[in-house]
Amino acid sequence: MTSLLAIAVVSAGVLGYEVLLMRLLAIVQWHHFAYMVISIALLGFGASGTFLALAQAWLRPRFVLAFAANAALFGISALVGFALAQRLPFNPLALVWEPRQLLYLLGMYALLTVPFFCGATCVGLALIRFGDRIGRVYGTNLVGSGAGALGIVLILFQLTPPDSLRLTSLLGGVAAALMCLGGGQWRRSSVTWGLAAAAVVLPLAAPASWTELRPSQYKGLSLALTVPGTEVANQASSPLGLVTVVASPLIPLRHAPGLSLNNTVEPPAQLGVFTDGDGLSVITAFDGRSEPLAYLDFTTTALPYYLLERPAVLVLGAGGGADVLQALTHGAAAVDAVELNPETVRLVKAAHGDFAGGLYSHPEVRVHVAEARGFVAGAAARWDLIQIPLLDSLAASTAGVHGLSETYVYTVEAFRVYLRHLRPDGLIAVTRWLKLPPRDSLKLFATAFEALEREAAPEPARRLALIRGWSTTTLLVKNGAFTADETAAIRTFAAARSFDVAYVPGLRAEEANRWNLLDAPYFFDGATALAGPRRADFIARYKFDIAPASDDRPYFFDFFRWRALPEFVALRSRGGAGLIEWGYPILFATLVQAVGLSVVLILLPLWLGRRWLGLAPAPARWRIGAYFLALGLAFLFVEIAFIQRFILFLSHPLYAVAVVLAGFLVFAGLGSAAAPRLAARSQFLSRMSGIEIAVLGIALFALAYLALLPPLFDRLLALPDPSKVAISLALIAPLGFCMGMPFPLGLTRVSARLPQFVPWAWGVNGCASVTSAVLAPILAIHFGFTAVVAIAVLLYMTAALVFRAPLGDPRP
Amino acid sequence: MPGPPAAAADPYAAERMQMIQTIQAHARFTRSARAGERLDARVLEVMGNIRRHEFVPKRLRNRAYADRPLPIGYGQTISQPFIVALMTDLLAVEPGHTVLEIGTGSGYQAAVLARLSSRVCSIEIVPELGRSAAKRLERLGYGNVETRIGDGYYGWPSCGPFDGIVVTAAAGHVPPPLIEQLKPGGRMVIPVGGPFTTQQLVLVHKQADGRVTTRQLLPVRFVPLTRGRR
Repeated sequence: MTSLLAIAVVSAGVLGYEVLLMRLLAIVQWHHFAYMVISIALLGFGASGTFLALAQAWLRPRFVLAFAANAALFGISALVGFALAQRLPFNPLALVWEPRQLLYLLGMYALLTVPFFCGATCVGLALIRFGDRIGRVYGTNLVGSGAGALGIVLILFQLTPPDSLRLTSLLGGVAAALMCLGGGQWRRSSVTWGLAAAAVVLPLAAPASWTELRPSQYKGLSLALTVPGTEVANQASSPLGLVTVVASPLIPLRHAPGLSLNNTVEPPAQLGVFTDGDGLSVITAFDGRSEPLAYLDFTTTALPYYLLERPAVLVLGAGGGADVLQALTHGAAAVDAVELNPETVRLVKAAHGDFAGGLYSHPEVRVHVAEARGFVAGAAARWDLIQIPLLDSLAASTAGVHGLSETYVYTVEAFRVYLRHLRPDGLIAVTRWLKLPPRDSLKLFATAFEALEREAAPEPARRLALIRGWSTTTLLVKNGAFTADETAAIRTFAAARSFDVAYVPGLRAEEANRWNLLDAPYFFDGATALAGPRRADFIARYKFDIAPASDDRPYFFDFFRWRALPEFVALRSRGGAGLIEWGYPILFATLVQAVGLSVVLILLPLWLGRRWLGLAPAPARWRIGAYFLALGLAFLFVEIAFIQRFILFLSHPLYAVAVVLAGFLVFAGLGSAAAPRLAARSQFLSRMSGIEIAVLGIALFALAYLALLPPLFDRLLALPDPSKVAISLALIAPLGFCMGMPFPLGLTRVSARLPQFVPWAWGVNGCASVTSAVLAPILAIHFGFTAVVAIAVLLYMTAALVFRAPLGDPRP
Repeated sequence: MPGPPAAAADPYAAERMQMIQTIQAHARFTRSARAGERLDARVLEVMGNIRRHEFVPKRLRNRAYADRPLPIGYGQTISQPFIVALMTDLLAVEPGHTVLEIGTGSGYQAAVLARLSSRVCSIEIVPELGRSAAKRLERLGYGNVETRIGDGYYGWPSCGPFDGIVVTAAAGHVPPPLIEQLKPGGRMVIPVGGPFTTQQLVLVHKQADGRVTTRQLLPVRFVPLTRGRR
């Protein structure tokens, strides 16, 4: 029992560390590099299989020592590895110019792989040691992992990321101590106890400098803090991000992106609000007077207020409140402000409420802490204006780093939801950074156009307008056709601010390129083509992917096209580095690295040592390899695809990840524990094996959910959050339960017939899981998440098929 | 216009020549708003004489003439030489001109402008960078560069009005005082992008009647549409 507890604790530690590492690296570097580094570091899971295959004969009789040592090393390396990784001069922004950055990147991989290697070795050792109770061991591992995933999210609400790191690291020591307590012949080993004690003491006693976060000097917050007099006024941490409020009394921030060159008013005092050290938004000093805020009339986002009288406004992504202020100063009758991060709202409302002039307590403002899309979908109200301001920083936008981020705010289905929540003649206004050649704006235009078509709106081309300043664009989508008076008002608004009208019904090319001159009127040409019969051809021939994003392929920020890559690469050193959209290439590079390293570090050593290890006969080896490869790929395909499905229902990416991940792991753990009984009964009940019954269950539930979940979610979306979480868990339970079975059932068969294959199977499964996490979004970008689930079902069926026949005789 | 410093016995002379050739080669793939496919020969001549290695940290001197941006500390970089050449070309600086620079950084851009104009006024917000750049420019003999540490928002009225302004710090918006201090007919160049990547260049042009237009430029010539098969 104590041994099982030790397995659960180390499993919780490993998964908690994985989730935490994503947070830590997102703060010190950038999210997309965090994703790549962690994906590769997880290969430690696979490498542990290789290690165990090579060393199992020696380790088996020393199980307690080996487990405790690895658990302790997990804890120690989790802390020390991160401290050292932070000290590497890795600068991902310079990768394009500096090959040596690849060396630093390799160093980060190496340092961060160690904890995963040690943690996975603990579980692999337990699977070898308790070969007769694989279901219980694997089940404990999954339940522990689920608890870790959920636990770290809860902990991050209470502790800072560095303190959370200490706590996660401590779990290694606790697991080691538990194994020592419950262990057999090694109970009195001073080495074991010494390691356990070190792993417990280190997280408590390590100097603050070890865990102190050192963000890249190129992040927005670091740059802001180089300005004299600038200091951190407040900081709040949650799993959604580290929110830092910065005061700069000597040299004001004056943040007003995309301001017209005709503006003459200096913005009033502001406090900067950074999330994870980047993505600046501001809290603006507000004394109830509109004169100091006159500059807000000189941005492209002000346009809708010239077409609407005292509108009811919904601001999606309110941040520090600049767009709420703009609405108030332009006579909005009421403003609903939606912000995802509760810490941001708390800072504007309470901590800096006086500075903000009580903006979020204003009688005409209602603040909602919610995810934008889910809020609109579940709302009964309708608005005159749905304002979607700039949600990301210019630096992030120009670096193309959002390529891998799924977003449900800019999809065709999202626009349909917005349209249904507009009052007659109401407007959706979406603002993006201006990029050359046009990408975001044209993709938005195409997305809105398709949404209008699917809503059967008459004459969609007459319901769209696009203006551009020198650094931002704003797209208007109207619930009705623009009238001649309105298009005239748009022209007048733009001309007064030296903005260009890029599209309104009836616009001529020569009118579209007056103030902010381009070599050609690219925005007008693009919008006109997208609103006309040549739309499909234009999208197909464009060098960036501007096809509308959908809920099934929610990659709005992915503009990458393979066929344009050679041209981008050739232009890279000639000043064209900004043309490359990095999201997809990084994802693809990660996949190549994951597969390559899997082969070199795990599969190759096992293949080379196959005779020494006694891993013959070949047919059984290949079948075992194929089985665990298919399971490793399929489990994460299903998990990742359903996390995406549940994000829309739970209206919150973090809750969706925590609930779905924990749900899958815990119910799979229960399924794993129940697997031996299923296998025993299946022999009496039918001619199907336990594996086949489990795979049948997976196929039925997964495919049924694909069809049933969207309409079900539509009906249940308005329910309160706790009910939605309970419903989600109830839906995940049967699928997760079935998914927990094939691995222990297969491994039990391997353990009974060819026990020396157990670590090999563990290693193959580990590699496949890592590859799967990278492959799933690539498949989703190309084919959608529905296809990812379908492929997973096929993989499960393939696995069942290759394990139909007996594995052969036990080794002599 | 002060003459260029002596290039004799300069171990980096060959690398500098190579840098100029690279810039010329790149220029064939761009289209400057000013001079078609060729950059102003004076800009290249000046850059061919300025000891760029003096403007980069000592440990990076061996890469000073590579056509790439280099870190100079405090989250700032010295721009890729090709981008410096392009921005300078866009400013169309003439002898007799007064130029304002917001964001002195290492001082390299100011040095280039100093050799083409009569007077350069440069403001840096990071005190450490501003002080070291001022010392460096003085030591290297750029007597027509005046530097100041502080807020660039209000420009430098006593130094202006300006024929050209280069805002090398990333700007969320263009401060109105800078537009005011730009002479009619004057030009302002704003690079847009991150520290190691220039996404696009914005050229602000103040017309004789005071109206302001911008020109949005890519550093490279790039057509977003793929030609059809026919």
